[in-house]
Amino acid sequence: MKRLSRYRRHKAAGPALLIFALLAIGTTFSVASATTTAQTTTADRSALIEEGRQIFLKGCSSCHGLNSEGGAIAPSLVGVGAASVDFQVGTGRMPMADMSTQAMRKEPLYSPEETAALAAYVASLAPGPEIPTQEQLNYERDGSTAEGGELFRNNCAMCHNFAGQGGALTQGKYAPTLMGVEPKHIYEAMVTGPQSMPVFSDKTITPKEKMSIIKWIKAAEAEPNLGGASLGRVGPVTEGLLAWTLGLGVLIGVAVWLAMKAR
Amino acid sequence: MTAEARLGQVANYVDERTGAAAWMKKNLQKVFPDHWSFLLGEVALYSFVILLLSGTFLTFWFDPSQREVIYEGSYAPLEGIKMSAAYASTLHISFEVRGGLLMRQIHHWAALIFMAAIVAHLMRVFFTGAFRKPREGNWIIGVGLLTLGIVEGFLGYSLPDDLLSGTGIRIAEAIIQAIPVVGSYLAYFAFGGAFPGEAFIPRIYTVHVLLLPGAFLALITAHLMLVWYQKHTQYPGPGRTEKNVVGYPLMPVYMAKAGGFFFIVFGVIAFLSAVASINPIWLYGPYTPGQISAGSQPDWYMGWLDGLVRMAPPLESHFFGYTVSWNILIPGLIVPGILFTGMALYPFIESWITGDKREHHLLDRPRNAPNRTALGAMSITFMIVALINGGNDLIATHFDLSINQIMWGTRFGIFILPPIAFVVTKRLCLSLQRADRELVLHGRETGRLLRLPHGEFVEVHEPISPEKAYLLTSHEQAPALELPEVDRRGVKRAGAIRNKIRSRMSVAHSEAIPKVSANELKEIEH
Repeated sequence: MKRLSRYRRHKAAGPALLIFALLAIGTTFSVASATTTAQTTTADRSALIEEGRQIFLKGCSSCHGLNSEGGAIAPSLVGVGAASVDFQVGTGRMPMADMSTQAMRKEPLYSPEETAALAAYVASLAPGPEIPTQEQLNYERDGSTAEGGELFRNNCAMCHNFAGQGGALTQGKYAPTLMGVEPKHIYEAMVTGPQSMPVFSDKTITPKEKMSIIKWIKAAEAEPNLGGASLGRVGPVTEGLLAWTLGLGVLIGVAVWLAMKAR
Repeated sequence: MTAEARLGQVANYVDERTGAAAWMKKNLQKVFPDHWSFLLGEVALYSFVILLLSGTFLTFWFDPSQREVIYEGSYAPLEGIKMSAAYASTLHISFEVRGGLLMRQIHHWAALIFMAAIVAHLMRVFFTGAFRKPREGNWIIGVGLLTLGIVEGFLGYSLPDDLLSGTGIRIAEAIIQAIPVVGSYLAYFAFGGAFPGEAFIPRIYTVHVLLLPGAFLALITAHLMLVWYQKHTQYPGPGRTEKNVVGYPLMPVYMAKAGGFFFIVFGVIAFLSAVASINPIWLYGPYTPGQISAGSQPDWYMGWLDGLVRMAPPLESHFFGYTVSWNILIPGLIVPGILFTGMALYPFIESWITGDKREHHLLDRPRNAPNRTALGAMSITFMIVALINGGNDLIATHFDLSINQIMWGTRFGIFILPPIAFVVTKRLCLSLQRADRELVLHGRETGRLLRLPHGEFVEVHEPISPEKAYLLTSHEQAPALELPEVDRRGVKRAGAIRNKIRSRMSVAHSEAIPKVSANELKEIEH
């Protein structure tokens, strides 16, 4: 008792207490969250669906409804298919960071196993687009870059820009960049049409053509900047900016130097 | 025989046959004033020379034809794609011709810097009042060069027939079509039929490489001959009058400086072209009317026009079966027409307002012409607001904004911000005049504090140099025009409204903080 009363007014007592509290909260939180991520998959499909349902009830149902029926702020998930879940959750768009105009890509919240469970659960509600298999996604074998480029310019470039860098849509929405997006997710986006994107069904663009588009996007991603620094591959705006700043800026600097009086 | 004697012999040989010695002697000694802002026009001139050289190189391989070909070149992502010969030959220049891509990039960077230098030069001439008598004609030639430059640049941007240039041509066609009654016929004439046709690229090629460069050469020659003949303006200062030019002779000082500067301009453009990509047409793909890319923009000197078109509300009227598309007509033709006509006529407007018909060879400091400076700031603000809307999609994605907010912001901004810029600039100019007056009267604040015997603190001011004082007081402060409503005999003068407008503008134009007079200075000294 005497020890406590002696040290509790010590000037280090406050900070020490704060550090202790933070450590305690952090440790408790990491232990608690570790228990939720440590779940493993089971081969059994119904167990997987049930697991997905449990994750859904915890993480998704507050907006999408207890039975995925949708609500005032979120659509119904009945019939959206596993591909949709795999895209939205696998790219971190769902759960949404905030209720702004558009769900943005971020670090996925759920592990691949949890995403698979969620996808299995949502797919069990009603049939919908399936997640493509590795065999289906062999774009190197099935696609053609040049044809993909034509298809891309015909169907995708008006929103995603000529080089897949993304572009603006109305009211603060945007078509995101396609650079660094997994082939699986590009495919799923085409078949499910997330957010503002239209659905490109297999009748509009055949699976083989989809492979060509993916192959072209991957080629654009890997293409070195042939003319020097790319300036973002967004067209003449950045070029004009550089011409005025670096180009004319340097030349004006030289002009000032040339016109200086000799000392 | 020494080298010098041999050179003299050659010179003598030429002189005996041409009689050039006297002429050369006179003109090589011609004096030019020295200031960095006088070199902006030179940057434009040298960029033009670079454009001619690099453009000639490109014509050796460019095939100005819309004939359809199947690409078989070395750029794999376009292999087997149908495209025009113009696009295929531009790909050939980029990937197979040795140094071709560098030359293309030099040509395009030089074009952007050419236009930027013209605009910067225009601003210098405007803000210093260098357009005043006797240089009004040269000002108009300059405005003509700027206009031609915009057209020439746009045609060059259109020639490779890539997706971006085709999009630009489509908008140009829409603007032609927006001309009431004759628009659709004019568009048919220009394109030789329906868009895109096969005639347009060959036609604009001739205009781009022959007609307009010829017009440029003629106008630039006239522009420079007038500078030579009328002599260059100079900034005010001790020893500089309306009747002399203080500076260095052409030979050897300016020969060396200008010659060296040409190579520096070439070097900067070549450096930019070596390190920064411009117009990567292979990424855009060939043009087909069914395709478009997000964020399609023109080059910067057309960006303001694109921005105006983008902010125009959807207005259309129908008269006797004709459609008038105000949404294209106003931003695409009427507003630019008013802006460029107003710019060309400005020297005459200003001389009408001030009633000043004298020659001016000494430049104004921008602060000493507050109204003109404010008008310039207002115009620049207008252009910048329009330019911002021209890139609204990129600004939206890169700064997390809504494209609609930017559009509405600029729709209001284009009306609200230029007048604000006018008022603020005018106030700033008058404040700077006030500061000049303080400086002449009380000298420079040294920051040294002195305590007087009775305890008061004063800051020590140091008188400024006589040269500086001269600079700050030598400018003219013309009073406003007096235009009484009745003449000497008490009869009401004709054109009362015109006179009222003129005298109001004259009052606004002559607003100034009275500069320090000689008497005031004497009083201070005693």
